Amino acid sequence: MLTSESLARIDREIAKYPADQRQSAVMAALAIAQEQQGWLSSEAIESVANYLGMEPIAAYEVASFYNMYDLKPVGKYKVSVCTNLPCMLSGGVDAGDYLKKKLGIGYNETTPDGLITLKEGECMGACGDAPVMIVNNRRMCSWMQPEQIDKLLAELK
Amino acid sequence: MAILGALNPMLSVGLDGDNAWRLADYVKRGGYTALRRILEEKLPQGDVINEVKKSVLRGRGGAGFPTGLKWSFMPRSFPGDKYVVCNSDEGEPGTFKDRDILRYNPHSVIEGMAIAAYAMGAARGYNYIHGEVWEIYQRFEEALDEARAAGFLGSDLLGSGFNFDLFAHHGYGAYICGEETALLESIEGKKGQPRFKPPFPASFGLYGKPTTINNTETFASIPYIINLGGETYLEAGKANNGGTKLFSVSGHVNRPGNYEIPLGTPFATLLEMAGGMRGGRQLKACIPGGSSAPVVPAAAMMDCTMDYDSISKAGSMLGSGAVIVMDETTCMVKALERLSFFYYEESCGQCTPCREGTSWLYKVVHRIEHGKGRPDDLDLLSSVTTNIMGRTICALGDAASMPVQSFIKHFRDEFAYHIEHRKCLVPVDVQRAGSGFFTATV
Repeated sequence: MLTSESLARIDREIAKYPADQRQSAVMAALAIAQEQQGWLSSEAIESVANYLGMEPIAAYEVASFYNMYDLKPVGKYKVSVCTNLPCMLSGGVDAGDYLKKKLGIGYNETTPDGLITLKEGECMGACGDAPVMIVNNRRMCSWMQPEQIDKLLAELK
Repeated sequence: MAILGALNPMLSVGLDGDNAWRLADYVKRGGYTALRRILEEKLPQGDVINEVKKSVLRGRGGAGFPTGLKWSFMPRSFPGDKYVVCNSDEGEPGTFKDRDILRYNPHSVIEGMAIAAYAMGAARGYNYIHGEVWEIYQRFEEALDEARAAGFLGSDLLGSGFNFDLFAHHGYGAYICGEETALLESIEGKKGQPRFKPPFPASFGLYGKPTTINNTETFASIPYIINLGGETYLEAGKANNGGTKLFSVSGHVNRPGNYEIPLGTPFATLLEMAGGMRGGRQLKACIPGGSSAPVVPAAAMMDCTMDYDSISKAGSMLGSGAVIVMDETTCMVKALERLSFFYYEESCGQCTPCREGTSWLYKVVHRIEHGKGRPDDLDLLSSVTTNIMGRTICALGDAASMPVQSFIKHFRDEFAYHIEHRKCLVPVDVQRAGSGFFTATV
């Protein structure tokens, strides 16, 4: 289920920890599995657990605790918008509303073509750049005024 | 974003955005000289810790605990494994300084951690980086590779016989992992649920071994303390509040961003550095230390200097140095509603008072904001907070309660107006003008 490329990346993570602490690599391994599959199916979680020699339920506990893991399929792009107070004071809520209107969906919904899932995120640690959003857990987008949001949407195809 | 301004800086000297973060740049700025001197002179561990004690460096993550004292708790002659861990899980709303330190000066953190490891006899360290700032995590891994290749990490550092290796571990979206024992659980590959203390991490930490956890900015300050000497560092700030500190200014100012200033600098100076109030409007209130710190009304805030003692006297906390500025367009009920939602979302669910209480806090503030408040709701909120505080394993429950208590204490009329009139004291169009899209005037 996990590709050899994913396994090689997971091995690099395992090497960061003492030899008897393979479980420490579970967060990174789940993130890698999610990158490979687009989301985390029960099968993916189980194969990570088996590879690390931990109980599948223990890996599932981790996957369901941290909110950047997606336990259900999401669109090709997941856009998370921060609306927490510091961002809210500089247009974070407006940025979310603008996206909802543009995409015709609400938070936790995916566009009918399966392209974009919209999420309301919590503090991303970049409040000075508000409004901020993250694409697919990887790319932080700063100062997202309507013009920048339009540009981002044009890019996500 | 960048570090936008500074007064007598240390951490941000010589930084040049994305152009000067590499090892060669850091060495040019005098980097790694502190570590080199310690290793070459084989400085006794106690001397290093004493220098940090003399600096009165206080933990920059939020609690403000004296760093040197924390280091002295480690059983440094204990022969087994020991760990140093850096807390870069920066997710306290309003805080974004560690991101800039790791982005523009990552080697200062690596050097600080290596010095800490030497002083406490640790051979291995981890830097736990907020999952949302992925590019920063990748950059830190690159910086680690550079340091390893140059002999500043690994075995037999600079031929001294001292071994220390350091690795980056990423979070994946859980505010609670900023709590140090939740962070350790998370590195161990578990849900990030805080542990009971005692035992404290200095005796039972990562993998059950003695461990010291400090914030990113705390570690980044260490090389400067060793180079300048503890006393000089202390004098850069004010008595009992050593050194300079990065403040993250967000909200209704013209230039949101990070500013490095000596502790003890007047709030008015910081506000001016951040470009003053947006649109020339009036300051209404300020949360001076991240979302968990009690809110301070404008007049009291303008009398504060930015240091642990002054902010504490004003009834709040310097916390992580996250200064959330709110002007007269802000509806305090709505502001509190958003914060309460955050704690409700982020409670780990382990302790009943916090799990249930944060849900109650959010639901009640939400109904007040939406015109469905009941006459006894303010008493109810107060009772929920007192039933959470002090009854949980970690401080998240207190962190959720303090905003509720302080918002109601200082802006009770606004909450009462909402309940009585089923609408906001601040007209909606005025609120919109304040919190709409905004372009910083850098």
